[in-house]
Formats: sequence, C-alpha cells, structure tokens
Amino acid sequence: MNAYVGTPTSRVDGRAKVTGAAKYAGEFPADRLLHGFVVEATISCGRIVRLDTNTAQQVKGVLDVLTHANRPPLADKDEAWKDEVAPDGSPFRPLYDDTIRFNGQPIALVVAEDWETAKFAATLVRVEYEQHGFATDLEGERSNAAEKDKPHKPRGDAAAALAGADVRHEADYVIPTEHHNPMELYATTAVWDDNGKLTIYDKTQGVQNVHKFLCGVFDKKPDDIRVASPYVGGAFGSGLRPQYQVVLATLGALALKRSVRVVLTRQQMYGLGYRPMTIERVGLGAKSDGTLDAITHEAIAVTSRYEDFARNDTGWAEQLYKSPNSRFSHKLVHLDVSTPCDMRAPGAASGVCALECAMDELAVALKLDPIELRLKCYSDHDQSENLPYTSKQLRECYARGADAFGWSRRNPAPRSMRDGKDLVGWGMATGVWEALQMPVAVRIVLTSNGHAEVSCAASDIGTGTYTIVAQVAADALGLPIENISVRLADSSLPQAPVEGGSWMAASSAHAVLAAAEEVRKELLGLAGKIPGSPLAGAKLADTVLIDGSIAGASDTSRAVSIADAMRHGGVERIEKEKLNQFDEDKKHARNTHSAVFAEVKVDEELGVIRVTRVVSAVAAGRILNTKTGRSQIMGSVVWGIGMALHEETVMDHRFGRIMNANIAEYHIPVNADVHDIDVIFVDEPDNRINKLGIKGLGEIGIVGVPAAIANAVYHATGKRIRRFPITLDKLLD
Amino acid sequence: MGDVTHQISERIPIHLVVNGVSHTLDLVPWTTLLDALRDHLALSGTKKGCDHGQCGACTVLVDGRRVNSCLTLAVMKDGAEITTVEGLAKDGALHPLQQAFIDHDAFQCGYCTPGQICSAAGLLVEGHAHDADEIRELMSGNLCRCGAYPNIVAAIQQAMGQP
Repeated sequence: MNAYVGTPTSRVDGRAKVTGAAKYAGEFPADRLLHGFVVEATISCGRIVRLDTNTAQQVKGVLDVLTHANRPPLADKDEAWKDEVAPDGSPFRPLYDDTIRFNGQPIALVVAEDWETAKFAATLVRVEYEQHGFATDLEGERSNAAEKDKPHKPRGDAAAALAGADVRHEADYVIPTEHHNPMELYATTAVWDDNGKLTIYDKTQGVQNVHKFLCGVFDKKPDDIRVASPYVGGAFGSGLRPQYQVVLATLGALALKRSVRVVLTRQQMYGLGYRPMTIERVGLGAKSDGTLDAITHEAIAVTSRYEDFARNDTGWAEQLYKSPNSRFSHKLVHLDVSTPCDMRAPGAASGVCALECAMDELAVALKLDPIELRLKCYSDHDQSENLPYTSKQLRECYARGADAFGWSRRNPAPRSMRDGKDLVGWGMATGVWEALQMPVAVRIVLTSNGHAEVSCAASDIGTGTYTIVAQVAADALGLPIENISVRLADSSLPQAPVEGGSWMAASSAHAVLAAAEEVRKELLGLAGKIPGSPLAGAKLADTVLIDGSIAGASDTSRAVSIADAMRHGGVERIEKEKLNQFDEDKKHARNTHSAVFAEVKVDEELGVIRVTRVVSAVAAGRILNTKTGRSQIMGSVVWGIGMALHEETVMDHRFGRIMNANIAEYHIPVNADVHDIDVIFVDEPDNRINKLGIKGLGEIGIVGVPAAIANAVYHATGKRIRRFPITLDKLLD
Repeated sequence: MGDVTHQISERIPIHLVVNGVSHTLDLVPWTTLLDALRDHLALSGTKKGCDHGQCGACTVLVDGRRVNSCLTLAVMKDGAEITTVEGLAKDGALHPLQQAFIDHDAFQCGYCTPGQICSAAGLLVEGHAHDADEIRELMSGNLCRCGAYPNIVAAIQQAMGQP
C-alpha cells in the first residue's frame, strides 16, 4: 500500500523549477500592466505634515501617486485588518492616515507604465514630518518590560529552589533581531478584469487568509477577489500575515482600474516582519548529582506600539527536563518599530537556544558530560499538564546522533582538541517543537482514464507539499504518481489554513486520505453493481485501491478496475471533497525532538569560526518523503548556522533605522560556510497522533542548532559568548 | 524637472540573441539586462532577489560567461548572446545540471535555482573547480535561503561526472 509514502521521491514540481517555468507572484503577466513603487517614511515616530507629489505626478508615464490623502476607501475597523494569525492589538494599515509608526513605513505608492519610471518618480516625492520622540532599543528600555504571558503555570517555588541549589547557573542570553530574507522579493500582481474582479497573485503562505483579509479591508464579496500563489520563493514565516504590498497593489488596481504589480526592494522588505530581539534569562539549579531542582526562564522581547506579538520562548524546559520547581514568563517591550512576526520555529529557536546553552554551562559546572546531564533530567512527561507523549524517541536521538558524530572520542576539557593550528570544539544541544495538526479539505477528481486531480488551498513554500500530497494520493488511490496532478494555493480551492507551524504535512495528508475514502466508497458502489462482481456485498473497510483497481483488502485478486467500475456505472468522473478534522486528544502531549551535534574549527589568530560538521538526529514520527524531508532538516541546520554565527539586523537607535537592510551586510550562510550535514531520522512509530503517524518537519531542524554551535565554540576556545551571533570580534575580545 | 522627464523617455535600440532567438528592443538606457529579460522579453525564469549583485539569483550566461544580470545594463550587451535557464534544455531533454538538481533535491522553493544552475553551467566551463571545496567557494556568489547548499554541491559533482 505504501508505494510512495516513506520513499525518497523527487519533487513533482522539480521540472518546473529547474527550467524556469514556475511562475512566482511578481511574474504573472497582465494586459496593460502598471508598476507600483513604494515611498517609505524616514522617521520612526510622528506625523506627515506635507506630502508633495506634484513633481512625481508630472513625470511622463506616471499615472498616479497614491497616499493617505487620495486613496480609495479602506476599512476603518480593526476586525477587518485582523488576519487569521494576527496578534492582539490594532494591525498596521498602509496609507491609512498621516501617522508614522515605524521607520520604513510605506507612505505613498507611485504607479507608472513601467518599473523604471515608477522607481525614478518615487525619488521626487517630497515629505515634511512632525517628529515625535521614539525608542527602538530593547536593552535601553528593558525596565519598561511588562508581562504578557505565562506560557505555563509555575510549579513549586522556583526562586527559593534556585537560591538553595547545590549548583546554580543563571545568565542572560541575547538573540538579535533577524530577518527572513526569502530569496523572492515580497511581491503582488493584482490583475484587473473588465468586470471589476481581481485576481491577486501574492507571495503568501496562506491564500485564503489573504483572500478574507482583502475582502474585509476593501469591503468586497468573496467572488470579487481570487488569491493565488502557486509557487512561493521561500517565506519562513514572513508570508503568514498579509504583507503590505498586497494592500497597495490592490489599492492601485482599484484606483486606476488597471492591473498593478508591486514588488518591494530587498531594502524595503526590512520594514516588514522579523524575529524579535529577545533577552532570554535562564536559571538552572541542580543537586550535585546532576538532577534539577529549579528551572526559571524569562524572555523579554520586542514588539511594536500597536500589536502584542508574543510566542512561546520559555516553556520548552517543561517538555525536556524534569524539575520539581519551575517558573516561566514572557515580557514585552513596546517600541517604535513594525510588529515582529513568526520566523522559523518562532519562540523555540530563540528560547531553546538559551536553555541549551545554559544546560551546557550547568554540565561544565557539574563536571558532567552534556548528554549525561540531559539523560539524568530526561522527562517522559510534559510536566506542565502532566501528560505522556504520543511518542518521544529523544533518548534514541541522543544515542544515534552521538554514535554518528563520534561523541565518545570527545575530550571534555575546553581547548583540548586541535587540528593543525585550529582549535576544534564539539558541542551538542536538544531540539523540540510541537506536532500540530489543523482542519484541511481536499478535493479529488478521478477520471475513468485513471488520472486524478487533487486540489487544496494549501501552499507549498518550498516545503514539498505538492510532492507529499501526490505521494499520499497515489498510494490512497492505487495509482502511479505520474497519474496524479496536484493543484494548490488558490483561494477558490478547498479550505486550508496558512502553511506554518509544521502542521501542513500531517493536515494535508489526512485530508487526502479522507477524500480518497469518499472516492473509494463511490467506486465500491459502482463495482458492486456489476453482474457477478467479485466485490458484491463487500464492506468499504474491507477494500483498498491498488494497481488501478478497487480490491478486497485481504485478497487483492478480488478486484474490479477503476475503468471497468466507472464504465459500468456510466460515470466519467468522480469528484469528492472532504474536510478532515482531527480528534482532539487532551490526554497526550505531541512533540517532535532532535539531538544536534556540531563541530567547529576556530582559527584563534583571526577569530574565524567554521562549522565543519553537524549531525542532526530527528524523531518526528513517520517521514513521508525521506528525500525532501532530509533537505528540510538540512536547510534548517543552515539556518541554525546563520543564527549562531552570522545573522543580525543592526539598528542605529539614534534614528531608529536599520543599518544593514540588504543581503550583503545582513549576513546569511553562503555555500562556502556549509560543510558536512548528516541528517538521521530516528524511527518513531506513533499510532496515537494520527492515522499515518506524521508529525511535521518545518521547524524542528533549526531548534538546538545555534546552541550546539555556541557550545562547540566554548569547547574549542573556553569562551562563552552569550550574545548572538558569535562573530569573530567577540572571540578576539 | 522637465529635462529629466525628457531624458527618461529617450530609448535606445539594442539587439540581443537570447537562447538562440534574435530580439531588438528599445530600452531606456538604465534598464538592466535582468529587467530587459523579465519585463521586456517575458523571460521570468531569471530571478530578481536583490537587484544589487548580492544574491546571484539573476545569474545568466553572456557569451558563455556567468554574470549578474542585475549589475549589467542591457545597452552594454548590445549584440551579445545570452543564455538563460529557459535555454538550457534542448528539445525537451533537460541539461545534465537540471537533471542533477532534481536528482539531488538541490532546491526547495526554487527561486535561486535558475541562478544556481546558470552559475554552475558557467563554473563547469571555467574549469577551476575540481573538488567539493572548490565548488563551494566558486558557488558562494549564489545565495540559497532554503539552505540546499550540500545538495547543490552534490548535483554539480554529478554533472561534472564525479562520484
């Protein structure tokens, strides 16, 4: 039954991507297409006093300059602007009024016949501001942090237990602001048709989220707007909420009754969402035998003045480490910046980084091997709710990862290992993420030639959704994968949430199964009516679809071909749509886990750090596609290398402006930064979580990687850098 | 500003051979080769990731050499032969690099992929890369945010005939 699920199947959209045929949001053609260029605010807080667009308007080829003063109507209630993943607060509304909330805020859209003209005319827009006082520095405003959330209720008396512990470690770890920087620029093409309807090609992780948002913001009926995004050039969380250019492109199209494309520059992309800078304060108190008495973790994070963006940075120790006393809190500092947003493993990437560095420091203080410490504290339960896991093969991750890495050959003393003149460091850390699942609907259209079209509004942001949907459908329908075509990411297709949180693999796969069962039910009805049918009287549960036929599950020789069943029934096509909802299981915790091992080599004279090897052993239920799954974890490890050593959005707090808003000065790993990455999928059968035992892989691969590298740098150099990224200047201090 | 608006309306005729097909275009002089391909010839396979020569997504072959088309004005290449990702496959058969990228899953979102493949095609012709370390070094002008680098190196090695 599993011809494709669990195998290293190549991407079904591979050919489109290697030939340049795959079209992204800013590439869809339209008749008489106009181009919009955004003008941004250059102050951080205040008001527009005068906005002079006259000169820009006079440039030949410019059709209009849209501002808050002359734009078409926009909704005036927050509810309309709140998308399905909006945090608490009052969402930002582009070109709404004269208020400036952050530097880089869009304040005008120049629309012209071609992009060069729009870009040039945008330089001619003159703005006068009334500037107000502002603050953008988290560390400077730390005393204004206010508690937003207690991710888990406190257990015991953590403060007293920490104070009285035999061995205590307490420190601040600082994670800087980071930007997603997907390779594709944020882009929207709003295609206007003569009936006034709009097709919006948008760079988004959720076409239905954008569809509902646009209908609310522009007071449109669902049929007036269609949103599509068949290919997304990376997103990593940046496309979960509607990006402001989708509002601007739609606004331009409505104002001019023409098709309008708005593509942001790389620099302008820094005015949208980002991973918020956080100060993570972790306290660990242990007995001298290495068991924990107290865990405290407080995160202090940036958010905007207008929304409370908060994620679970601090609760993860409840999943990982046994301790009778624990206390967690998440505090926010409101600053004059745009609202942060989810970025790969939001919360966990930052919080677990701090926790796992702290565990390494505790292991050093206790003179314990870091794996041994983690095994002594290993928790079989999610302690916050006292729940067992549907499955948790983290012990096996430690064992398999350590073995593949050669951990037993590690000399625990810092600065003890060398390769020529390089110091060598070996570090490890644990990763943890949630295994979420959401309602998703899928439509299957099976034709009598044995071809099936499977469709769903879900996105494929490079994660491989097209491919796993095709694999699951091929197996469930008993057809070769070449006979399956998959349509995704169109708001008119069956229901799907945004693609995020690592929930889409499990959610879409089970929706395919549910729809395929409806198809099988109809086929059984048709097959059973054939005179002398080998399936006469067979129950649905006793049948399967296999090799182009419907057959008895226990005896597949009792079979009727799909073609015969449909011909006898006089049916050309079977169309079934089914919404799959998962049973709520409040008796188990659902998580993915990993053990990450990193080797660094440090040239001490220059401070240069290279990550020469990473082993990531992942337990994440059943892996639908070992080829694309391995790539997802590998890519996440690369993200972890960036987080550990490269990535930092730097702001000049005197002006509230980002100083490195480009990808030459905002460093991300390049090919030469990445060496051996070994991905191990630990076998983790899980028949509780869902029928197929799927957990999802999108985030787990990054969690723990920055800490493993930081711990390796300590092991190599004896220097504990708690302010990320670990750049060479910090080692030379 | 009348002078400026006059200047930008002045267009210059240029001739390009793109993927074996001759084109004559009238372009304002600051049109990049990248925008000429994407906006004027509807060849959107070549990608714009930064427009500043920082990411390599716009890499194409100009007279056989890999260049960042976003840092190249189209008028500078009057008469040149350009190969983009759309011109690599012949008669429906994928270029060995294209097939190798699929075989090794050397991409996820696919946005940097045309630039990676064109850059790798240029790399093979240059003949300076002999092992994985040299490939990594000489492919470091092409960013991949999905982090497919090890698979990209493996794909290029396959196309080079290395195990």
